Amino acid sequence: MNASTIIFYLLAAIIVGGGLMAVTSRKIFRSAVYLLFSLIGIAGLYFYLDYEFIGAVQIVVYVGGIVVLIIFSIFLTQGSGEDMKKPALGRAVFSALAAAFGCALTMLYINEQGFTPNGKPALEPSAGNIGAQMLDTAEHGYILPFEVVSMLLLAAMIGCIVIAIKIKIPPHPILPEKDDINIAEINHEFAPEMEG
Amino acid sequence: MNAIGLPQILFISCALFFIGVYGFLTRRNMITMLMSVELILNSVNINFVAFNKYLFADKLDGLFFTLFIITIAAAEAAVAIAIIINLYRNYNTIDVDEVDTMKF
Repeated sequence: MNASTIIFYLLAAIIVGGGLMAVTSRKIFRSAVYLLFSLIGIAGLYFYLDYEFIGAVQIVVYVGGIVVLIIFSIFLTQGSGEDMKKPALGRAVFSALAAAFGCALTMLYINEQGFTPNGKPALEPSAGNIGAQMLDTAEHGYILPFEVVSMLLLAAMIGCIVIAIKIKIPPHPILPEKDDINIAEINHEFAPEMEG
Repeated sequence: MNAIGLPQILFISCALFFIGVYGFLTRRNMITMLMSVELILNSVNINFVAFNKYLFADKLDGLFFTLFIITIAAAEAAVAIAIIINLYRNYNTIDVDEVDTMKF
């Protein structure tokens, strides 16, 4: 058992333990912090596999972006100090059984499957090679998905703004003034029979 | 304890995937459900990178798929959080059991 093996199992413990605590912790803010540890562990695993570029992207996008976004939304939507309610016992038991059996079955298959590498010389996953192949317009280049993903990001950005924006209604001369559109209230006013 | 190879990494990603599935099934809070989805997406990323490293080291395709999945996960998280904030503004809760206006 050398240092590399010890580091690997340490990373594995961080990833799996962090994930487990993230889905079971009753305090939502702690849950987000455990998720952060799990994601950092995954970035460490990428570094362990010598894929530094992906590890860096993982840290920048997930740890620096998504987790911060999640923590902000926790602060915006609820008190972070109070406990979440426990899941119903039946649902928790059956979810745990489904996850455990699925996990056991998949691990069994992985254990029996013999993986044979194709044995060709390795291509160094440097940023130069990644950029050259990804932006290649030849037959096996990835320029089209790259452009599609950039359009998707733009669409998602505009969509976020449109969804989260607060619509101000100009004051009507006759109707009483209203600050913003509240869907629940409108439903209640115009279609009270829909309630319940 | 044998040497670290592909199966050990696949065990980690498998465990992480089913942890995410468990969280998605048991949690009723939208933000924590989103966190479970992030765990699932990350386990898929680990798979892509590990297969690329150990089986197809002459190509970089697994790496590209990982990059695309990270991008799409970021877009998905941003849209989901916009929806969650809008929902909180209208219903004052983000519990999926209480938001049932569109439930038939």
